[in-house]
Amino acid sequence: MAPAWLRPGTLPKLKLPSWPWRITWLYLGLVLFLPLGAITLKAAGVGPAGFWELATTPEAIASYQISFGLAVVASLINGVFGLVIAWALVRCRFPGQRLLDSLIDLPFALPTAVAGLALAAVYSSENGWLGEPLYRLFGIKVAFSAIGVAVAMVFISLPFVVRTVEPVLRSLEKEQEEASWCLGASQAQTFFRVVFPQLLPAILGGIAQGFSRAVGEYGSVVMISSNIPFVDLITPTLIIQKLEEYDIDGATVVGSVMLLFSLASLLVINIIQVWGQRYQATSTAVG
Amino acid sequence: MTFVVPDLEIYEPPKPPKGGSQANLGKNITAAIIPLIACLYVGLVILAPALSVVAQAFAKGIQPFLDNLSSPELLSAVKMTLITAAIAVPANTIFGLAAATAIARKKFRGKALLLSIIDLPFSISPVVVGLMLVLLYSPSHGVFGSVINSLGWKIIFSWPGIVIATIIVTFPFMAREVIPLLEEEGWEQEEAAKTLGANDWQVFWKVTLPSVRWAALYGLILTTARALGEFGAVSVVSGNIRGETQTLPLFVEDAYKQYQTELAFGAAAVLGGVALVSLLLKLVVELLLEQDKKAREIKPDA
Repeated sequence: MAPAWLRPGTLPKLKLPSWPWRITWLYLGLVLFLPLGAITLKAAGVGPAGFWELATTPEAIASYQISFGLAVVASLINGVFGLVIAWALVRCRFPGQRLLDSLIDLPFALPTAVAGLALAAVYSSENGWLGEPLYRLFGIKVAFSAIGVAVAMVFISLPFVVRTVEPVLRSLEKEQEEASWCLGASQAQTFFRVVFPQLLPAILGGIAQGFSRAVGEYGSVVMISSNIPFVDLITPTLIIQKLEEYDIDGATVVGSVMLLFSLASLLVINIIQVWGQRYQATSTAVG
Repeated sequence: MTFVVPDLEIYEPPKPPKGGSQANLGKNITAAIIPLIACLYVGLVILAPALSVVAQAFAKGIQPFLDNLSSPELLSAVKMTLITAAIAVPANTIFGLAAATAIARKKFRGKALLLSIIDLPFSISPVVVGLMLVLLYSPSHGVFGSVINSLGWKIIFSWPGIVIATIIVTFPFMAREVIPLLEEEGWEQEEAAKTLGANDWQVFWKVTLPSVRWAALYGLILTTARALGEFGAVSVVSGNIRGETQTLPLFVEDAYKQYQTELAFGAAAVLGGVALVSLLLKLVVELLLEQDKKAREIKPDA
């Protein structure tokens, strides 16, 4: 129960409708708008011509290609396997299912530095559990290469697709599939024509979220990458290197490019969500 | 009982067997293959790396692991991490609850935009968060640099910077968990409390907060877990001075870079343990949240 000091009359009357708003705006202002204002101001100070020049230096462009390219690969891989995992969790019964379910959340819970250390250790081509056989048998070097960066991105973005697809898959009505089978559709036809279209917004939403996270990821990637420019140096690492070299303008400009990308990806994710809700709305209206 | 027409009881629509729709079609192979692929993939990508940390940390037995943990630099990193969380988590809790009570029940233009703004730290790269703080507070090139210099404050390369960076990357969690719950709930209970003479503060403590307690706890766990483990944003602003401004995740990376592999894995195992505890707590709270929801769903019918 509420403590005694909360009894009527012991506290001065607060205007609650305004206080939460005051706290919200003050807090957002201090921790979000102020820093955003600072980077905007600094980026504006560089000037359009200078901005373009610094944003398109060869090493910056190479880092965008590496970051965005590998993030696309990682999020597409997770798009496929995320769907498989979500299907296994919702539609199948097998021993160890609960454990699998809990493991999915590990990349969210595990600090990224630990994830990076773990991946670098397990995929090391010298003595890693998985990296050594991969190197010996196929000559594939995972840790300290672009493949390692992709593996780290796969690790940290894995939960997104699983967790966005899972609830939608759970809410699908079995009747639709049964109807489709009754009408003579094969299992594959039922999946691709009845189930998959309904899952598509969730899959795309999960891929977009995972992609956005993978592009911005730093902690796990920096530890498994060799951080060599033009090979596996990602954009966030480039920003840090520029800061360490006191190239503040360069860091600001590349940081602004990443910020603009984040805003754009947020917009895309929101659009996908609205699109997905349209699907949900029609299915609940029927149900 | 005698009113039941027996004929109606006899007919039952054919139900698919318990094995799910796959088994219903007689395609048992896919039903076996899908879980197998799922387990293999998660095993390779998540489980193997996680286990390797444990294996490496305890490679030489428990005693060396404990010795590593008592290294003064590691202990100082633990302290820094705990201080950071001790400031960031309560601050974000207050903000999260305030934002939720302010936003959830109202319909206004730009509500979706405001919710997206609150979610923004999840889409911004942690490194960019750190960069923004440097551009704001750095004494040499920050927007507020001269002000901070004249006040004699130290924010970048010191603990306030670490705390602010942690706050930024973790503040959306609480609001995000509580807002949907408050949106589902109506105003009725609060209005009833107000009609009965409760002031706004009382309404918040006695009606609003208890009704969202599990969601708030869930948000609290997520906030704490992330605050203890944040790396990118903190690494930009901390300066990474061993024994002073190094948090535990920064220590892991630094020790690994300095080839102090055992120390790195020891610290990583501690952080991994914290992550496991947070996962377990999350599971418990999820169960409580579900029970709570069920209890609420029954109420209106009764």
